[in-house]
Amino acid sequence: MAALTDLTLTALKAALDKKEASAVEVAEAHLKKLDEHRALNAFITETPERAREMAKASDARRAKGEAALLEGVPLAIKDLFCTEGVQTTAGSHILEGFVPQYESTVTANLWKAGAVMVGKTNLDEFAMGSSNMTSYFGGVENPWKKRGDNRKLVPGGSSGGSAAVVAAYMVPGSTGTDTGGSIRQPAAFCGIVGLKPTYGRCSRWGVVAFASSLDQPGPFARTVEDSALLLQGMAGHDPKDSTSAPLAVPDFAAAARNTDIKGLKVGIPREYRVEGTAAEIVALWDKGIEMLRAAGAVPVEVSLPHTKYALPAYYIVAPAECSSNLARYDGVRFGLRVPGKDLIEMYQNTRGAGFGKEVRRRIMIGTYVLSAGYYDAYYKKAQQIRALIARDFKQAFEKCDVLLTPTAPTAAFAAGEKMDDPVTMYLNDMFTIPASMAGLPGISVPAGVDKDGLPLGLQIIGRSFDEETMLRAAAALEKAAAFTLRPTGY
Amino acid sequence: MSLDKDAVARIARLARLKVPDEELAPLAGELSGILAWIEQLNEVDTKNVEPMSSVSDVTLPQREDKVTDGGIAEKILANAPGGAVYIEQTDKNAGGFFTVPKVVE
Repeated sequence: MAALTDLTLTALKAALDKKEASAVEVAEAHLKKLDEHRALNAFITETPERAREMAKASDARRAKGEAALLEGVPLAIKDLFCTEGVQTTAGSHILEGFVPQYESTVTANLWKAGAVMVGKTNLDEFAMGSSNMTSYFGGVENPWKKRGDNRKLVPGGSSGGSAAVVAAYMVPGSTGTDTGGSIRQPAAFCGIVGLKPTYGRCSRWGVVAFASSLDQPGPFARTVEDSALLLQGMAGHDPKDSTSAPLAVPDFAAAARNTDIKGLKVGIPREYRVEGTAAEIVALWDKGIEMLRAAGAVPVEVSLPHTKYALPAYYIVAPAECSSNLARYDGVRFGLRVPGKDLIEMYQNTRGAGFGKEVRRRIMIGTYVLSAGYYDAYYKKAQQIRALIARDFKQAFEKCDVLLTPTAPTAAFAAGEKMDDPVTMYLNDMFTIPASMAGLPGISVPAGVDKDGLPLGLQIIGRSFDEETMLRAAAALEKAAAFTLRPTGY
Repeated sequence: MSLDKDAVARIARLARLKVPDEELAPLAGELSGILAWIEQLNEVDTKNVEPMSSVSDVTLPQREDKVTDGGIAEKILANAPGGAVYIEQTDKNAGGFFTVPKVVE
């Protein structure tokens, strides 16, 4: 049998089910990988003792014949999910040392499904970033490198740690959150699968809030089926999140095992052919269209006329919601406190010292666009554009079943690049933000490499709450692309 | 819309963020750049378009009006940055306070 850490999540589950390995053995094998690759800085907090305890309990449940969906599977959790008794920082100094007294619904669902936590992964501060460079705890290194070039590359963001640990075979799966591309873009940069479900599919309860009308938890894994299986363990209606959809959780893994896409209409949005996209990515997109056609799908050109406005509208909506959500960090009830001569100065000192540059920038943009006299010109306008973007997708889905687009306009870039001008960094999410604005599910599938040997991803976007069709198309794409490369040394 | 140093200082105060003086000018440049980029939204005619505040079209559910938790004061105070103060040291779930700097003389 292959090494336990080389197995896909599905294969690992099968090995555990067949008692070829115990959960304790599986946990130890993966904890060893955490030791080996600590230099990636992918974890903010490792939880080996918790992992061993959980694995032991998992073996005990299995012995009693009570094995659940993800029984004994080790997972890494983005440090944005509150985990009871384990520090949760959101990548920020302001939450350093914060120990939640409750468990987020998504992680609680995973533990109920038998999964084992190995640690909390690094991320851009409060999930604001596309490179993982805004984390207070330092950037994460992408396990991939350009051929013949030893420079460190970013893993993407904001869920960069969660993507890196899966790409580096430290765990078979992890959780992320996606507000404007924070699961899909790092998945593309790290050569793995990242799935953002429909808004409302996974509960946001206990997830540190960034932009509440956009935030959505989702999984990372190395195969489409693995990501489907993980989503099954994460999803479900939660009365504690008023935007959680009261829907039963489908058998996503079964949907991902079906690669029959004969007659499936795949929309190709013409507005996604934009300047600034690497030529190799455009070529890969064209190749992806041909792969799906060869598998029996019918590509159709569609139009999403308001695509170019999604990004600027997002940079009103998301900062506005962020400025409101982050008002709670005032140094009174939890987190950092920096004293001042009076209460106002304590707030200002605490927030000035506790938040990093990008978070401060977004809070200020949000405060400005929501301030008296500017609300209609900015926030209301952005919400109207958002309505038009959602309408574009609705009309496109009258002509097709899924959409195929690139995930990101470039491959992974070097640490420190694109930091001079905030808007340059924001452009990284140009292909992922429109679906986020419309609340639609999207999945990034590794589909090829560029001339430097870096992985590139393609994105499949599905209809609202139709992850099953999206997974079927993604699985067909995965099968045709047959991406089997792994980063050297991992 | 271009922001100057004073405007940035005003926004920072509204947001309760201490921004050192030397950072005001560069911030004014960055924020103005972002706002100028956002201006392109004005190209779009949004007359009679209903603003979209949520992607879910379901009406927000209401739960039964009853107490669902309580008696967890110690948990709520567990991360208090100034430490927690309890009236009754023997019953940490019945009361307890966050502490803040003195605000009245």
